[in-house]
Amino acid sequence: MSVDENMVRRIANLARIGVSDYELPGLAKELSAILGFVEQLSELDTNGVKPLTSAVEDKIRGRDDVVTDGGYAEDVLANAPEKDDEYFAVPKVVE
Amino acid sequence: MADLTELNLAEARDGLAKKEFSAVELTEAHMARVSASSALNAYVLETPEKALEMAAESDKKIAAGEARPLEGLPIGVKDLFCTKGVRTTACSNILGDFTPPYESTVTQNLWDDGAVMLGKLNNDEFAMGSSNETSRFGPAVNPWKANGTELVPGGSSGGSSAAVAARLGIAATATDTGGSIRQPAAFTGTVGLKPTYGRCSRWGIVAFASSLDQAGPITHTVRDAAMMLTSIASFDKRDTTSVERDVPDYEAALTGDIKGLRVGIPQEYRVDNMPAEIEKLWQQGIDWLKAAGAEIVDVSLPHTKYALPAYYIIAPAEASSNLARYDGVRYGARQNGVDIDDMYAQTRAAGFGDEVKRRVMIGTYALSAGYYDAYYVKALQVRRLIAEDFTKAYEKCDVLLTPTTPSAAFPIGKNVEDPLEMYLNDVFTVTVNLAGLPGISVPAGLDADGLPLGLQLIGKAFGEEELLRTAGVLEEAAGFDAQPQDWWSA
Repeated sequence: MSVDENMVRRIANLARIGVSDYELPGLAKELSAILGFVEQLSELDTNGVKPLTSAVEDKIRGRDDVVTDGGYAEDVLANAPEKDDEYFAVPKVVE
Repeated sequence: MADLTELNLAEARDGLAKKEFSAVELTEAHMARVSASSALNAYVLETPEKALEMAAESDKKIAAGEARPLEGLPIGVKDLFCTKGVRTTACSNILGDFTPPYESTVTQNLWDDGAVMLGKLNNDEFAMGSSNETSRFGPAVNPWKANGTELVPGGSSGGSSAAVAARLGIAATATDTGGSIRQPAAFTGTVGLKPTYGRCSRWGIVAFASSLDQAGPITHTVRDAAMMLTSIASFDKRDTTSVERDVPDYEAALTGDIKGLRVGIPQEYRVDNMPAEIEKLWQQGIDWLKAAGAEIVDVSLPHTKYALPAYYIIAPAEASSNLARYDGVRYGARQNGVDIDDMYAQTRAAGFGDEVKRRVMIGTYALSAGYYDAYYVKALQVRRLIAEDFTKAYEKCDVLLTPTTPSAAFPIGKNVEDPLEMYLNDVFTVTVNLAGLPGISVPAGLDADGLPLGLQLIGKAFGEEELLRTAGVLEEAAGFDAQPQDWWSA
């Protein structure tokens, strides 16, 4: 499977990574090479094989749905690129 | 006084206990070497004040007869571990000057046991790489050289391996997603242990591929690795995949007795074009273990060749999801855009390096509508086949012996233009992550250029005691005592 420049543009958009037009041919080539490499997997018959998502197959532990942490907005906001009072600030989203 | 940086972890612990030197003296000796080592670029942040403060506290504990297991032992921390109040970047520009308001569980365990932090160590950006060349701080350099050429220290934990090999810290923390502890250890003549998935908490470690990531140590000796594992292993409610299981004293497992142990030799690891030296070293390892009383068994791991292709879907898929958090909103370096979507795209374009972008895009593609079943689900099915290969092999044997890497350390710049060539570094290590098993690389010999080579032992899930015991026997038989010649100290 190879990807063309349109597909790279589409993937980049889904991944929210800004890509300039001049970068498209190189990325298409690199991503196609990697996808070509993983293409080997299609040699294997995996019909009926249950996907393995984690090496720890036990049921994931649950816990009571209660607040266990928090109450220190200052720490949470300490690394924010931009903040306003106790909020993270971003460019205007709604006109 | 002898050079305190020549000591390994166990020797330094014993010397401190006998009051032959103080924790401050031990720490100062290492700090002096660290500050003269900029040619290796192993540390991306030195924390001398913190180190001296912690060492002074250790001296008080020792004087009061309250020494903890790692009291006063100075170590380096891979920049993937969040350290409270100390800049943590995963060596990515996108994290800017991120300074965590919390401490990772693994490092907290070390500090609770009295260890001293010298600083943060270089790694490939978000641990994605096998050469430490994708770091925002530039490559870490291997203290070993061949014919005057500068070599990579392996990756992603290249700062950790370079630091331990150059004695810029008695031990180091590292992480391993596809080989990132074991391959750098093999490239630098050090011991690298990747524990069983779930043995050490992932809480506070910058996530790459959450179902594969596992923390572990890089050390001088197998005993040191056992000491480190005893400290960093713990059950942690904050990591849902942390396994609730007692932590034994791993050092006590090093009895040196492996009589009757069944050692499996997987035939599929005899890959094409494997250098004769590595083939020979592997045979040497077989002979050593046999001489120590182990029984050698041929086993088959038939899906081995599909491990790298499956990994290069699974790890990028998980990375694309994990790295979605880097949006320039809550932390890290933001780039302004014309609107919020553009801000995300510009922030991520400027903040991620080329390899990270490639992997996030591959992962995004593999998870996208129309391709999910063909790539992601398929890779997870193959992952099960690989895990089952090990289950079947372990019906016939107790541990597996393989080479760690298909080559010795390579020159800086050699593989940067060809991602696929770089990926092949992990051909012998990546299966272990997919199956969630423990693995260890032990330095076992030198190649014709005088560069270290490692042998890998793979254990059963939570079989770290047997694994370390076998590694101890291998280490003893190999008697590896070569050291890189110091060309870097300024």
